[in-house]
Amino acid sequence: MTQVLERAASAGARGKAPPTPRRRPLPLGTIATVLALVPLANIAFDTATGGLGVEPVEALVRRTGWWGLTLLVATLSVTPVRRLTGWNRIIQIRRPLGVTAFVYTLLHFVIYVAIKQWFALSYIIEDILERPFITAGFAALCMLVPLAATSTRNSIRRLGGKRWQRLHRLVYPAAMLGVLHYYWLVKADTRPPLLYAAILGTLLLLRLELPGRVPARRRSSPTAVAAKRPAPPSSLALPENLDGA
Amino acid sequence: MLIKRGSDQIPSSEITPEAAYLNRRQFIEQAGRGAAAFAAGAPLLAGMGSGPGGQQSDELTPYEDIINYNSYYKFGVDKEDPARYARDFQTNPWQVVVDGLCNKGGTYDLADLVAPFTPEERVYRLRCVEAWSMVIPWQGFPLRDLINRLEPTASARYVAFQTLHDPERMMGQRSRILDWPYREGLRMDEAMHPLTIIAVGIYDRPLLGQNGPPIRLVVPWKYGFKSIKSIVKISFVEEEPPTTWNMMAPHEYGFYANVNPEVDHPRWSQARERRVGELRPRPTLMFNGYGDQVASMYSGMDLRRFY
Repeated sequence: MTQVLERAASAGARGKAPPTPRRRPLPLGTIATVLALVPLANIAFDTATGGLGVEPVEALVRRTGWWGLTLLVATLSVTPVRRLTGWNRIIQIRRPLGVTAFVYTLLHFVIYVAIKQWFALSYIIEDILERPFITAGFAALCMLVPLAATSTRNSIRRLGGKRWQRLHRLVYPAAMLGVLHYYWLVKADTRPPLLYAAILGTLLLLRLELPGRVPARRRSSPTAVAAKRPAPPSSLALPENLDGA
Repeated sequence: MLIKRGSDQIPSSEITPEAAYLNRRQFIEQAGRGAAAFAAGAPLLAGMGSGPGGQQSDELTPYEDIINYNSYYKFGVDKEDPARYARDFQTNPWQVVVDGLCNKGGTYDLADLVAPFTPEERVYRLRCVEAWSMVIPWQGFPLRDLINRLEPTASARYVAFQTLHDPERMMGQRSRILDWPYREGLRMDEAMHPLTIIAVGIYDRPLLGQNGPPIRLVVPWKYGFKSIKSIVKISFVEEEPPTTWNMMAPHEYGFYANVNPEVDHPRWSQARERRVGELRPRPTLMFNGYGDQVASMYSGMDLRRFY
């Protein structure tokens, strides 16, 4: 408890605007975008130079899928990290991570449709309907589409913070389906997908609002305290913080 | 994740250019076409490039692809793992235990076991259950020759095989992702079929660690996992023997595992395959294109049930 109080105090101190003009803060969002696109550049380089190995199609599908899921899980870690460390500015990297996660996932799907299946629609539909791991992956992608489409500040304004938040809660089932997709496609060694499941589970548990962790300015909010739901809205997406960058 | 092709195991300068190899093959085939001596082997190459549904060409898969893309869980689950971790795999000395219903059981030194047989070349399609495929020029001898030498008794209805279990040398076995040792088996008529071979080489070179040295099975009309590698035990048995992938996921991998485009794996279609080196999927052929020679063994069997 004392730790929490100390953390709250230090966070409060950090929140006060210093009287002297400070150096421009690091553009965290831009840095995150650039870093999250490095693997894509790497994949493009390997594609152009024949560095994808013996089975380039499989390599492309795997690598884009892996990065899509990894960045999605990274996106979901931003809020818990922010709450645990009190470093509020880290919220700036959430949108870039989420949007690039979608970019990789979409690429993953496009490569599957165009090269792996050679646009054979009947096979693609059969896969989506009959193979559970592809059903799960496709459902996850479908959930990410509206999130990517409403990732702009304008969308938040248009939808209103509450509705935007509610919509963006789709990220949880999308991430769970993504992990399930990974788990179901593995033939024998289930350890890597189980690791993802454990990480995702931990991140979701960290979102359960613990009384000591409620940000001070929110504690008075009647909805946040009264609601006994496992994940009240105040603990989730905080669109106003996006504007605070 | 990725290893560079043309790794340092064999300088690429040493590898026969595929074009030269193909020319040589063609020459041998043409030379042999009229010769009675080659008549026995000719059906083995039938269906390569022609035959029903074989309009697409069946060019040999380059050697470097064959040695760098392997499904060999004893050396790791990624396709690149075996080339990396099997590099220093030693197969000398090597002993093979022969037991069960046969007259010539015992522990054999490999050299003694295979001494009577002269490897011949067999160019076979290899179709993996994961829906990729290759065309591989094997050197080997018919399994039936070996079986005849071991004199199975009349009650032997199946042959069971085991891969070496040695986590020291095969690091993939250090985790129990499969129920080691790796086991496979064939019905006796399948084992005695002239297409079924024990392979000792590829492209006129001894098998590298990742391809299952010193001896491995090749059953070209079955999914690749039936073609067990690095064999240390051969048993003649009366009942259908347990086989590793079937034990692991019985509804996904059957004992027979005949290549069949009409019976899908629960998680993917088997109707098409991607030939390594090609982008566009091609249709998978019934019995991997060897139906003329093997289908009769399964007449009257429901291949949806015995997948």
